[in-house]
Amino acid sequence: MSITELPLLQQIVLVLAAIVLFTSFVLLAQARLVAAIHAFAWQGALVAAVTTVVAATGQTPHLYFSALLTLALKALLIPWMLHRLTRRLAIDRHVESLRRPALVIMAAVALVIFSYWLVLPIVQQELAYTRNIVAISLAVVLIGLLMMVFRQQAVAQVLGFMSMENGLFLAAVSATAGMPLVVELGVAFDVLVAMVLFGVFFFQIRDSIDSLNVDRLNRLTETTEEDVAGEGG
Amino acid sequence: MDHLLTAVAWGAALLQALLYAALAPLLVGWIRKLKSRLQNRRGAPVLQPYRDLRKLLLKEARVAHTASPLFRAAPYIVFVATWLAAATVPLVAVSLPTAAIADIIVLVGLLALARFFLALAGMDVGTAFGGMGASREMLVSALAEPAMLMAVFTLAMSAHSTNLASVIDYQLGAFALRPSFLFALGGLILVALAETGRIPVDNPATHLELTMIHEAMLLEYSGRHLALMEWAAQIKLLLYGALIANIFFPWGIARSFAPADLGIGLAAVMLKLFVLGAALALGETVLAKMRLFRAPAFLNLALLLALLGLLSQVILEVGT
Amino acid sequence: MNAHTALAFAALAVLLALLSSAVSVFAVRTPRIVRTLALPLFGLAGLAALAAGLITLFQDGVSTATLPLGLPWLPSRVRLDALSGLFLGVIGVVSVAVGLYGPAYVRGFERGRDSLTALGGFAGLFLAGMLLVVLADDAFLFMVSWEVMSLSSYFLVAFQHENAANRRAAFLYLLMAHIGGLAILLGYGVLASFGGGFAFEAMRAAPLTSGWASVAFVLAFIGFGMKAGLVPLHAWLPEAHPVAPSHISALMSGVMLKVAVYGFIRFVFDLLGDVQWQWGVAVLVIGGASALIGVLAALLQTDLKRLLAYSSVENLGIIFIGLGLALVFLGTGHAPLGTLAFVAALYHVLNHALFKSLLFLGAGAILHSTHERDLEQMGGLLRRMPWTGLFFLLGCISISALPPFNGFVSEWLTFQAALQAWQLESGVLRSLIPIVSAVLALTGALVAATFVKVYGVAFLGQARSRHVRRARQVPFGMRAGQGWLAGLCLLFGVLPTAVIGVINDVPRQLLGAGLPQAAAHGWLWLTPVSPATASYSAPMVVMLLALLAAAALWSLRRGAVRRVRRCDPWDCGFAPPTPRMQYTATAFAQPIRQVFGLLFNIEESVGRREDGTLRYQLSIGDRTWGLFYAPVMRAVESASRRVVRLQSGNVRVYLGWTLATLVVLLWIIS
Repeated sequence: MSITELPLLQQIVLVLAAIVLFTSFVLLAQARLVAAIHAFAWQGALVAAVTTVVAATGQTPHLYFSALLTLALKALLIPWMLHRLTRRLAIDRHVESLRRPALVIMAAVALVIFSYWLVLPIVQQELAYTRNIVAISLAVVLIGLLMMVFRQQAVAQVLGFMSMENGLFLAAVSATAGMPLVVELGVAFDVLVAMVLFGVFFFQIRDSIDSLNVDRLNRLTETTEEDVAGEGG
Repeated sequence: MDHLLTAVAWGAALLQALLYAALAPLLVGWIRKLKSRLQNRRGAPVLQPYRDLRKLLLKEARVAHTASPLFRAAPYIVFVATWLAAATVPLVAVSLPTAAIADIIVLVGLLALARFFLALAGMDVGTAFGGMGASREMLVSALAEPAMLMAVFTLAMSAHSTNLASVIDYQLGAFALRPSFLFALGGLILVALAETGRIPVDNPATHLELTMIHEAMLLEYSGRHLALMEWAAQIKLLLYGALIANIFFPWGIARSFAPADLGIGLAAVMLKLFVLGAALALGETVLAKMRLFRAPAFLNLALLLALLGLLSQVILEVGT
Repeated sequence: MNAHTALAFAALAVLLALLSSAVSVFAVRTPRIVRTLALPLFGLAGLAALAAGLITLFQDGVSTATLPLGLPWLPSRVRLDALSGLFLGVIGVVSVAVGLYGPAYVRGFERGRDSLTALGGFAGLFLAGMLLVVLADDAFLFMVSWEVMSLSSYFLVAFQHENAANRRAAFLYLLMAHIGGLAILLGYGVLASFGGGFAFEAMRAAPLTSGWASVAFVLAFIGFGMKAGLVPLHAWLPEAHPVAPSHISALMSGVMLKVAVYGFIRFVFDLLGDVQWQWGVAVLVIGGASALIGVLAALLQTDLKRLLAYSSVENLGIIFIGLGLALVFLGTGHAPLGTLAFVAALYHVLNHALFKSLLFLGAGAILHSTHERDLEQMGGLLRRMPWTGLFFLLGCISISALPPFNGFVSEWLTFQAALQAWQLESGVLRSLIPIVSAVLALTGALVAATFVKVYGVAFLGQARSRHVRRARQVPFGMRAGQGWLAGLCLLFGVLPTAVIGVINDVPRQLLGAGLPQAAAHGWLWLTPVSPATASYSAPMVVMLLALLAAAALWSLRRGAVRRVRRCDPWDCGFAPPTPRMQYTATAFAQPIRQVFGLLFNIEESVGRREDGTLRYQLSIGDRTWGLFYAPVMRAVESASRRVVRLQSGNVRVYLGWTLATLVVLLWIIS
């Protein structure tokens, strides 16, 4: 069925899913850290909106609570924590640009096309429109991973990780109308704990290597070798 | 095709073309008035651009010693090409023969023809400013064109046509909330800002030669030549406004030539342009002009939006 | 008039070309003969070829003949069908222009050191070779004519051989032409081994497996693509085309590259027949890459002829984009759409032949008048050479794909074909084709930028050097040649339905169906798919443009304001502008160079000399040299070094090798 035959709420879900994909592109290419955090907050808010709309269409009222949880956690709490972290680490004015932005964006577009190609074998008619949203969610996950590969700043890596989680959540919500609430609460709190740990670790990393550029972690191999050589004689 | 060649249809097409030429200065006047108000000034009256054009048309034209015959021919070519391009965009009524003569790609081609001669005119006199304007203009247009065509493709993939009348009919017939059209709208708005030389790409009111793109190419023109070039730029702005208004928000456009329909069509399009003009004025007041080498990032964003529109169309909207 | 008339005209064309070559032998004693006899014969040969082509296209027939040449068991056959007819027409049109233009141009060489015999003789052979390639109906005649074409053009490229750079360019050209020829030969070998013979008839019927068909396709693509100048096998083009005399450059860029396209079409669409869509994707990608890299490289050049050569790379990329689309549509079972894309590619073949030859002849005219090829020395030529300026402007507008000229029509048709991608089943193809179209749109805009730069720097503004300031109008013959091509550019732009009607037989014979709906609504409307999908009325656009322009001129140029007063240009209140203050070609391309510079090896440096003046140095290198050619050259060199060890110098060792080989061969035969 083409889009004109879908009910209005499902059309809104498609629009919101497409905008989530757009925010993941923005996250990928955004040089300013604070703007990237805001883009992540918007992504969380949009995923919460999708959850609300899916709750409105189906018979799963627990999704309303899930949407509220996502909004509070992903759109408000975690961005606030990251914002506070960047201010304490004094990197909130940091601008880190990709070295070859055109190539990275082209790779992201290729990943989108690849995700679409992957889900094509799912041919069940009823799932047709949800299959397409699964393609978008898979693309969001892959682009989040791409972001972790190409960005060097540790905070940007966290954002990439979080956006992967956003993509998985979007897939779960749209394809299966949400996960069981227990699983959801568990995942949500895991994410929160991960955030807190990241916060702690960033200070540790910065203290030991004096920078938050993850490429500098390469140096850890050299130091261990030197230590061994020194002890050997 | 025979129904298009009736005298009524051609008469309506002619009226619409004249309407484009007549309304363009009004749109510009409205935008300038609103910008002035937002900047806490009274501003010139809304009808001032008409007076400016009339003043220029009555003045003597002065041409530099070093200019070639192309310099004097270019304003006519630029004006006529832009005007014909505008005449193909449905403004008040949909099924006009001019929309069948030229589809969106021909429209882009006619605007490219105008830009070609504008750039050549800039290089004609042999000063540095003209060359600079021409060089910058070709950079901006080179980056804007793929974004524009990608947006056109997105529309054409859904409507299965590049004929503007068919696209508008399709929108009116089978309306749905499409992510592809949303992205195409975003991309087209950014392209329109770049192509018409508005902030943040180019400042239409600047006096500093080093910040000019469009104005630098017109620097040597005066009198009726300058009037034609300015009028062409105004028609181009109206063209993009009508394109955006009538493709993405087509309600109200006349689908027959009955006078009542045409009246509603005219009122609808005036209202839409009123709103678009206000949005443009607001945007120009809030944003600042970017330096030239930030323009590629701006246009890459437009291309990305158009590309996402296409991908949404292929992935999300086709269904099976 | 029947099909045999066409064949007779084609034979006449070949004979006249050979005659023009033979006559040039006498140029040793009377150099004038090249200008007075050989080149007019050349033009007449072109006229005969054009007649042959037109008759074939109007007749829609196929005529064959057997020549008393060739191998004993394989007499050479020639075949004149619609495809051959079209390309004969292309060769003919440009040859007529060269015949008009050549005599006045060649006069400049008469007092030089270079032998006019070579110029006239090899030009005739070149034309004869190209004509025979297009007419050949078996692989033997094809390859022999191909070699004649390549070798004679090598001698023409090396015409001014005193210059070491020219010799290097010619050598590179010869080397790559032979590598390409080898690939083509291998391709024919595959077809011949399955078909049981070298005649094209046998190859058409050959039962190929899809694997071997792909092998043959790849070989043909490499061979013909190298001759056509597709990336990354294009390195010879920007070296060879500029150094040849300008009328020969026009022939090479305008016609020889098209003969390579002919070879590709004949091999893939006719002899292979069953196309696979994967081939189309490869052709699309390579075509798109060639288009983009070609135009960017062109934009960064300051040598006019080198710029035009790179622009040929770009246009061939566009032709192959059209052919790739055709292959994709045909391979996925959408024959009508494939026909549309095929017609778009053919139209662009016609257009490129016209406007590229026009531009090269214009560059030759500038060279003739000012002895200058460097854009940075030119300027203000429009006032000194008005006719050349006008024709060159028409060529620039055509190549920039602007309405109402011919370049726009083929680009419009290509976009319309690409827009039908929504009918494909594969979502991946439905995403890929619009992306390639976006690349095409980008190249279109960059081409316009390139030719604004060329025209603006060369013809407008003020002259940047003394000899350019004193340029004179070129003789009538040179103007006539350019005018002929410019007029055709306009004609092909304004009457697209007529042109498509004429070339409609080519897809009908090759692919089984023409494009009848293109002209279904009368000569005014071009509707390639259907009127609701897209329509373009070029005559009406031209008429409306002319009407509006007349109205504007009439209403504005009245009364006292009609006069125009001359004055000085705006100088900010400082000193009056000198020619050195103008934007240079390098300066014009700088913003685009900065944005797209990653694709090239650009080295830019600004320094100070001892006397305090600024020194600016810019070098632009092709990345394909480092990425592709250098590794290949290194591999060939290391392999050769290893093989060289066989050369021990000892006679008895060599005899030993001979004995061993003889023993092995006898054993194999037994």
